[in-house]
Amino acid sequence: MISPQLHAIVPMLSVTLAALACMTWEAFRDKSEPDQMPVGALGIVGLIGAGISAAFLWNGNAASFGVVSGDNFGLFVTLVLVVVGILTIMFSSQVITRDGIPAGEYYTLILFAIAGMIMMATANDLLVIFIALEVLSLAVYVLTGIRREDPRAIEAAFKYFLLGAFSSAFFLYGIAFTFGLTGSTHLDRVGSYLAAQSLSDNPLILVALGLLLVGFAFKISAVPFHMWTPDAYEGAPAIVTGFMSTGVKAAAFAAFARVFLSSFEPFSADWAPIVWVIAAATMILGTVVGVAQSNLKRMLAYSSIAHGGYLLVGLVAANEVGKAAILFYLAAYAITNLAAFGVIALLGARDRGNDELRDYAGLWQSHPALAGLMTVCLLSLGGIPPTAGFIGKWYIFSAAVSAGYYGLAVIGVLTSVISVFFYLRVVVMMYMQERGTEAPRIHVSAVSMTALSLSIAAIFYLGILPAQVLNLAAQSIATIF
Amino acid sequence: MLPVVGALLLVFVGNGDGRRNALVRWITLIVSVAVFAVTLAMWAAFNPGSPEFQLVERVPWIPAFGIDYYVGVDGISLLLIVLTGFLTPIAVLSSWIGIEKKVKEFCIFLLLLEAAMIGVFISLDLFLFYVFWDAMLVPMYFLIGIWGYDQRIYAAIKFMLYTMAGSVLMLIAILGLAYLHNAATGTYSFDLLKLYTLDIAPRTQFWFFLAFAVAFAIKVPLFPFHTWLPDAHVQAPTAGSVILAGVLLKMGTYGLVRFAFPLFPEAATYFAPWIAVLAVIGIIYGALVAMVQPDMKKLVAYSSVSHLGFVVLGICAMNVNGVQGAVYQMLAHGVSTGGLFLIVGMLSDRRHTRLISEFGGLKAVMPRLTAAFMIITLASIGLPGLNGFIGEFLIMLGAFRWDPRYVVAAGLGVILSAVYMLWMFQRVYYGKVTHGENTTLPDLLPHEWGSVIPLCAIAVVMGVFPTLFLKPMEPAVTRVVERLQNTQTLRVSNDARNAKFKMQTGSEVK
Repeated sequence: MISPQLHAIVPMLSVTLAALACMTWEAFRDKSEPDQMPVGALGIVGLIGAGISAAFLWNGNAASFGVVSGDNFGLFVTLVLVVVGILTIMFSSQVITRDGIPAGEYYTLILFAIAGMIMMATANDLLVIFIALEVLSLAVYVLTGIRREDPRAIEAAFKYFLLGAFSSAFFLYGIAFTFGLTGSTHLDRVGSYLAAQSLSDNPLILVALGLLLVGFAFKISAVPFHMWTPDAYEGAPAIVTGFMSTGVKAAAFAAFARVFLSSFEPFSADWAPIVWVIAAATMILGTVVGVAQSNLKRMLAYSSIAHGGYLLVGLVAANEVGKAAILFYLAAYAITNLAAFGVIALLGARDRGNDELRDYAGLWQSHPALAGLMTVCLLSLGGIPPTAGFIGKWYIFSAAVSAGYYGLAVIGVLTSVISVFFYLRVVVMMYMQERGTEAPRIHVSAVSMTALSLSIAAIFYLGILPAQVLNLAAQSIATIF
Repeated sequence: MLPVVGALLLVFVGNGDGRRNALVRWITLIVSVAVFAVTLAMWAAFNPGSPEFQLVERVPWIPAFGIDYYVGVDGISLLLIVLTGFLTPIAVLSSWIGIEKKVKEFCIFLLLLEAAMIGVFISLDLFLFYVFWDAMLVPMYFLIGIWGYDQRIYAAIKFMLYTMAGSVLMLIAILGLAYLHNAATGTYSFDLLKLYTLDIAPRTQFWFFLAFAVAFAIKVPLFPFHTWLPDAHVQAPTAGSVILAGVLLKMGTYGLVRFAFPLFPEAATYFAPWIAVLAVIGIIYGALVAMVQPDMKKLVAYSSVSHLGFVVLGICAMNVNGVQGAVYQMLAHGVSTGGLFLIVGMLSDRRHTRLISEFGGLKAVMPRLTAAFMIITLASIGLPGLNGFIGEFLIMLGAFRWDPRYVVAAGLGVILSAVYMLWMFQRVYYGKVTHGENTTLPDLLPHEWGSVIPLCAIAVVMGVFPTLFLKPMEPAVTRVVERLQNTQTLRVSNDARNAKFKMQTGSEVK
């Protein structure tokens, strides 16, 4: 049997092994054979292994080497990431064949990215968080530019890489300051040291705090560190965009919440106002600019910025409800957004993304199933019952209200009304406009359709019978904070 | 009871993939008639003597937050459910021929809409109420947006955004209430009856009442929040207009009676005169604007603004007569305005225009349709012996006891309503046939008989036997009013608190 020391990293290990297997497969496979799904299937096996091991670790509070902790918080996010990974691979199987993306590299990168995300969500040490951040970021930079013949993809990848490297430096600098102040990078020890300090004695704490904040804010694309998001999201293949906007965000948020709500909790009175402003700005900018977009991917990029803002509201509230709300919202948002990008990816063609708003005109006529699924996703993103998005928003705002942040809650609900406007524009296009030209024939493979149906089922499950997952989320935060 | 209805709907949605439109129409009609039968059965099972909620069902939904699937009816909601059940089959009939594309989807949306509307009326849990309230927007949005007239997209989006903008603020107030309950008792609860008993500080009441009242005022729609209504009504297909006018608008006033006023009695007492002023402005403004409309549908839409003003005025009077009249007027308006839209829709299906100037002398061509329209028109004006009269009379009586000045203004509205309705009637039906193509229009078709007869019959029944409807709602209305008046007397006897409330809030409102 494996030593207990290793228990907490089993999920990560499982994904990494799958990634290595994919690489090996790619190296030794018969190049004349076009079949690609087996590579993806390997990945899915690895992810299911991660999911099962995470389920076994539940309530176990395993810890590995003192730096990775398998507490329920991390495991909850791990499960979300596993779902994200499985759905991504299922959507990809059809899309990458169509776009001629090399399967071996693609799946390997996806799996490494997920391994990094899981690590980030479960890491208990600032340096390990940083390593995880780099593991996932490098994989995602490459994925963004994986269509090498497309100049937009190259541009997007390059921008993303430069700004990402820049923010990593900020983050590392913040870690250095924290280490200098507290003599440790371990979150528990940092926390217990800081609890005895006060800002007036030690203003450098604010510097450390600020630098870490910038690093995280970049990864979750909070305003004003969101500049890279629209370009990167638009340039990347649609399915990678879906993966980035859900997986990266979930992992970064998990680490963000862990660092700020445990180690830096004593100074929450100092950082809460800053995050308040960032949250408000993120929600407002994401929705207002989203209204002006005519490209669906770009529009959803801004919408995902806004959703980051809603998650920040939960962070500001920082009470029991807020912490659980972040987890629930992450799950609801991840599934919904990924499914939406899945539909976009399926509608694309090799030479052309078909992701302009007008490309969706009359989709109802040409492909009613996809139009219906897309509608459910958009309504869920807009927060209309009975979908997952509604329960998520309700949970977040109830956290804000119970913490007394009425102003933030009002901004939140008003921006979500504005966001409904642009989600509805897509619905209008799909249902109420006629398509001028002949609609392209879209073939949807059984695997993609299964993935879509699963996501829709999950959206309604979380929207109509959320009690179980809400309880899980509430349990998850009970163990650490 | 409702789960049965809901299940019926879902079964239908599952089966409705056939391409045979006639079959789909028949299934929808049968389902909606069955729902109506269920609502009537509920009425039969209802004990009219009790003010309590009856036929209650309660299943825990999200226990961590004290959210239950908690439904039940009292006299007020019972009648509104029956109205919903009554109007839906009529809406189905009204689209029997008019709707030709995507019949299946149309029927699905219509039935979903019905389920959500019933849900709104029976919810006793604020969270559940909000879910239905918002969920209802989606099918209505599609009904207007896909099957409406030329400007449908604009109208659909406007409808959706207006209503959502109001309701999200209500969501915050609902959350705030649950939080207050948590602060007071240690548990979260969205249970309406428990929240009634909360003692809320005046200042909080002020804001929460505003949030609720704005949401409902948009829905009513109260002047000046009414601008979405003419667009939505005019662009919606006939079935959409019938449901919109007949049921959706009632949700705003229902919300005022059920939630906004009893939950925040002090703020309600404070705001009532202001709301009443808006209501009176709405009555007169709606009537004046209706008078000059060249488009029949728009005319009826503005007449709704005017009639709903009466309802709000009755609620603001906060006495038994006023509130009873308001609820009665909601039912009466549902029947008569639903009927008006229905018949206007029939004309518009025949001629593909709704302009008054395109018609004239129709009495000679279609005498039966004219007769039906006459009955409904008179009902809408408030002729004694028909449904509109009882409600308006009770409202006036209630308002008179409160403050006669409002009644004077509202009375003007009654006269104006006779002016615009009869004037339209005259221009459309009397005189010579001015347009040649009108001479060949067919009179009432079989399916149209099916929708017109029940409407006219119910209009007469409501006018002649008002007790039938007044009796079951009386205990519930009395309870609402008692709750309001208790606070009023409490307020009068407690001058200090009164002054404090004024001081805190008075300066912020003109």
